[in-house]
Amino acid sequence: MARQTTFTPAYAARTVGAWAVALLLFFPLGWLLLTAFKTELQAIAIPPELFFSPTLENFHEVQERSDYLHYAWNSVVTSVASTLIGLAIAAPAAYAMAFHKGKRDKDILMWMLSTKMMPAVGALVPIYVLAQKSHLLDTQLALIIVFTLSNLPIMVWMLYSAFKDIPNEILEAARMDGATLWQEASKVLLPLSLGGFASTGLLCLVLSWNEAFWSLNLTAAQGGTLATLIASYSSPEGLFWAKLSAASLMAIAPIVIFGWFSQKQLVQGLTFGAVK
Amino acid sequence: MNRLLPRLLLTPAVATLFLWMIVPLVMTIYFSVIRYNLMQPDQTGFIGLENFEYFVTDPSFGTAVINTLLLLGSVIGITVIFGVAIALLINEPFAGRGLVRVLLISPFFVMPTVNALLWKNMMMNPIYGVLAQVWMFFGATPVDWLTDHPLFSIIVMVSWQWLPFATLIFMTALQSMNREQLEAARMDGATYGQQLRYLYIPHLGRSVAVVVMIEMIFLLSVFAEIYTTTGGGPGDASTNVAFLIFKQALLNFDAGVASAGALFAVVLANIAAIFLIRMVGKNLDK
Repeated sequence: MARQTTFTPAYAARTVGAWAVALLLFFPLGWLLLTAFKTELQAIAIPPELFFSPTLENFHEVQERSDYLHYAWNSVVTSVASTLIGLAIAAPAAYAMAFHKGKRDKDILMWMLSTKMMPAVGALVPIYVLAQKSHLLDTQLALIIVFTLSNLPIMVWMLYSAFKDIPNEILEAARMDGATLWQEASKVLLPLSLGGFASTGLLCLVLSWNEAFWSLNLTAAQGGTLATLIASYSSPEGLFWAKLSAASLMAIAPIVIFGWFSQKQLVQGLTFGAVK
Repeated sequence: MNRLLPRLLLTPAVATLFLWMIVPLVMTIYFSVIRYNLMQPDQTGFIGLENFEYFVTDPSFGTAVINTLLLLGSVIGITVIFGVAIALLINEPFAGRGLVRVLLISPFFVMPTVNALLWKNMMMNPIYGVLAQVWMFFGATPVDWLTDHPLFSIIVMVSWQWLPFATLIFMTALQSMNREQLEAARMDGATYGQQLRYLYIPHLGRSVAVVVMIEMIFLLSVFAEIYTTTGGGPGDASTNVAFLIFKQALLNFDAGVASAGALFAVVLANIAAIFLIRMVGKNLDK
């Protein structure tokens, strides 16, 4: 957008207004960032200290006291595994519907979307009982299965819309030349839809990383993710805000940064393409 | 091969999703008509609609339904109104637009448990919280938000999370507006009020509907924010239907009653879902 912008009063007013709103909404996160580098005393000082010499002590202590890396590892494993497995199941389905059109494709897509509408709490008891019976409570595997399934509809939808932008002729040409299905998929389709795969994967990583309902209900100390670790700080054992902030910061930083890069695709994915 | 192959490729996704849908549903229906307490495994048997009766006549039920609707309505109202306002504000160029966008969207990527504890402690604590400091600065008595206004506090947390989502959607929609039409209206001397009334607001209609529907789906089962802050209290003051079901299932160990409640939640969500599916379905035909 190289449109010429002149410095008008309206331009100045918009700049001030927009920045005021943005800073106000970002304030809690900025505060969290500051508190993470304070000592516990500074964290609850009245009036709040804005200028202080930052300390890394909290990060160290969070790791010591609550084994941050253990939970972070669980978060990484569950979100990455559920994303990869989800892509592996969703891609063939999206391929079939995008390039081998069938009469019932639309119904299937709609039905998949409808499973996403089921509130998680509606399945709480059965899933809990199933996990308990199969000794999967408090394991990574339980979360991987649940995350994969709950993200699957979104993945199929996003990949389907990415594939639909690719002309069928290109794939047909490859088939004419005698390419096997695997060659067609890996040599032609994958390179052409890399962007679609990336944004689908990114969105599912974000959703799984931040998932709190199932991780709180199905896991604890063993298979718990960062969302459960942070929740364990809710019991009031005194004011450990600096440590809480450091732990929170470590829990959200990777995914917030991820999110900044994938914001546009995220919206497309969440609205199932209904807003362009 | 040509007929069979697509079906074969579809099967894993369709089969797993079908199981994911049907198994819990059938189990929930089954649990809802039997006596099933995780702590009393010896008491079993068909009891008809007793669980439903128990869940619905529980004094907490009415409160939970009202709280669910209040939470849903308030957050949707707040995010749509402020979302449209912010989107309109940042739609035209200004200094530092890219950075403002990044700042605005950030809360959406914060996991609900962090969101809840951040607000509960650093913002809303009646002594050390930022809000208490602001109140004291103006000579007012600090408010104990989570004790005195528990549901309102939850509404603030959830709105903070979802406002960026709404803003981003409206922003995306505004960018697809017909610029020539706008220029023409401006040339003809349309006031900003008239532009809003006849151009911007009608254009945003569809995306407002999408935001409302998507938020309905997610906000019907707000859970982590309540779990980590108020625990549904004081009393039932901030208990919604999702949290009530959780309490019945994992705190009272009554899986039967919880399942009856779950079916209620499913019906509630499906009413919302039907509209969304219709809307997206129309989009698919184009």
